[in-house]
Amino acid sequence: MSQLLDSSLLFVTGKGGVGKTTVATGLAWLAAEQGKKVLICEVEPKDDLSASFECGPTPFSGTEVNDNLTAMSMNTEASLREYLKLQLRVPVIGRIGPVAKAFEFVATAAPGVREILTVGKLCWEVKEKHYDIVIVDASPTGHIVGQLAAPQAIRDLVKVGPVRSQTGWMLDILSDKEKTGVVIVSTPEEMPVNETLELTKRIANETTVNLQAVVVNQVLPELFSHTDEEIFESLKSSESIDILTQETKGDSQPVLDAARLAVTLRRSRLGHIERLRSEVAGSIPLIYLPYRFNRLDGIRAVRATADALGEEI
Amino acid sequence: MATSGTKSTRSKRTDSPVTSHLDDLVATKEVLIACGPGGVGKTTTAAATGLIAALRYPKNVLVLTIDPAKRLANALGLEGIGNDEREIPAEAFNELGLTPKGQLSVAMLDTKQSWDALIRRHAPDVATANAILVNPLYHNITSRFVQSHEYIAMERLYDLHSSGKYDLIVVDTPPTRNALDFLDAPERMADFFASRLLRWLITPYRSRIVNIATKPFYQIADRILGSQFLQDIAEFFVAFQSMYDGFVKRAQGVDLLLSDDRTGFMVVSTLEPVPAREAKFFVDELNRRKLNLEVMALNKVLPSSFRSKDAATVAERMREDSDKIADKLAGKIFGGDVDLNSVSRVLKEVGTSFQNFQNVALQEASLEKTFAKTTGYVASVPFYDTEISDLASLADLGSRLWM
Repeated sequence: MSQLLDSSLLFVTGKGGVGKTTVATGLAWLAAEQGKKVLICEVEPKDDLSASFECGPTPFSGTEVNDNLTAMSMNTEASLREYLKLQLRVPVIGRIGPVAKAFEFVATAAPGVREILTVGKLCWEVKEKHYDIVIVDASPTGHIVGQLAAPQAIRDLVKVGPVRSQTGWMLDILSDKEKTGVVIVSTPEEMPVNETLELTKRIANETTVNLQAVVVNQVLPELFSHTDEEIFESLKSSESIDILTQETKGDSQPVLDAARLAVTLRRSRLGHIERLRSEVAGSIPLIYLPYRFNRLDGIRAVRATADALGEEI
Repeated sequence: MATSGTKSTRSKRTDSPVTSHLDDLVATKEVLIACGPGGVGKTTTAAATGLIAALRYPKNVLVLTIDPAKRLANALGLEGIGNDEREIPAEAFNELGLTPKGQLSVAMLDTKQSWDALIRRHAPDVATANAILVNPLYHNITSRFVQSHEYIAMERLYDLHSSGKYDLIVVDTPPTRNALDFLDAPERMADFFASRLLRWLITPYRSRIVNIATKPFYQIADRILGSQFLQDIAEFFVAFQSMYDGFVKRAQGVDLLLSDDRTGFMVVSTLEPVPAREAKFFVDELNRRKLNLEVMALNKVLPSSFRSKDAATVAERMREDSDKIADKLAGKIFGGDVDLNSVSRVLKEVGTSFQNFQNVALQEASLEKTFAKTTGYVASVPFYDTEISDLASLADLGSRLWM
């Protein structure tokens, strides 16, 4: 974990609904608390960062959401403008309207253009050392490989020209294990674990980027030790329920149901955690985050996640 | 296995329950589109709904699924069927003791195959079709681009619907980058083909004259991408544009189907904060577009008994009087052969666990109420910790959803 935050560029991905944004924002918060200068970027502008930090919009130009912590949303057109200005010194200010529209079409048709403008901007921030660490609330498992592999794909397609030469330094940053890594977030459930395992293979086979860690989110606490569980099992007999009802002066069934649910869930989830551990390479750490019964949202969720991640170091 | 002792809940409707909501849906809709945030059981919910419809009504039902989990694909017999529809044979139901009143077919969307079929249909001749199909850009467009995925899903739906073979088609939507992109995909596809820009892009390679309007674009594009690449793109579009009329007409048809009264939408979500927030966006957006939002399906909802105030009191007493209760239990249940402290600890733990869950259950109740205000009908399925592995478990889920 401490190594994790020593990276310069971290892509946080995962299946939809597993808490990808929560983990990305938690990591960013933690890094900023440790005194690092942090940029967090959401690749798919869905206002997730603005909801997480409970702040206003997070524009492409970035906005400071806390000390040392800047948040931005990706915008490929803005990225293109910046790129043209900085890299090619193309004067586009007056004519950007139709150019942007044309770009929209080319980007739709030509593979990797949108992706490379996304990855390119992130790599650029790393290259220019504007921040100590850039944390990316990246695309979900289905799309992340396309993004990470974009520089290579462009390199294969575009044989000459400045774009090709641009891919060189991006590939250098992306394939540097010390600098760049992917973090996959999963929950201990069947589908997220399947997607995680599939993604670990695809990252290894189709990209040059290093998998740094797998975060297992929503891990349920163990309710009972083995002997205590036997006691709990005995409580479900009708005589026992009669006594409980008598003593607590109410229906104890829902209360026992809740504990039953906790035990069942914990058990089925444990199986998925074991599957993850046995199929993900031993060198990749699994980082566990607890299930939150208070279902925090917004900035409190960010802080709680940062704290939990901090303890896992 | 479902949580013991709990039943699925359903929000009360104000009108008389002579017909169920599913009765109405099946009677009036020909297409039901499941949408919602990722990871909430969209595909499973769509499949379970289609299955229940086929079991209960004398209708020919099709479940069109985009990206099923392996086990669900197994359960539906989808493995290795490619892009074709397949009817689930009566024997498969009979084995499970089920007698469907209708028929159920399933189909999976193979993006590549569907695009190929579309190109062959619209291309003016075989040579053009082949020229497109072998172009490397074509492969990239159809396989990598999410929006093309969305378009083809809706296109396929249109195709299946207009074939008239099915009374009801239940379809789940691909996980989209932007929530409702699939709704805009047909229009964008039509725009794309109708656009002057596409013609701009192509003109120089036809006439070799770059006019003033396109000059800045080509200057920039050449500098960024190199002219060879640009030429590849143009060649591709020249071929693609020959399909203009067919494509535009088609896209408009798809667009009309989505807003037709025979099409209904089902927003699927859980009541966890993040998916619920996204689901709210879906609901608002569907309402804004005046599309027929028919039902909100909520998965993994904690049982309503967890919301009970009485149960909270019981849990509290269990924690506070754990020693005393342990003492009573010890004699009668364990025959004295047990460590009292352990029993007391277990009781405390049980009480705490309930309080934890109640916390969540109450938050869910409040969210559910909010959704009931913006959506006509809310169906919820209690926390259900089983993987769907066969038709029986899918039917079980369906009957919990559609009581």
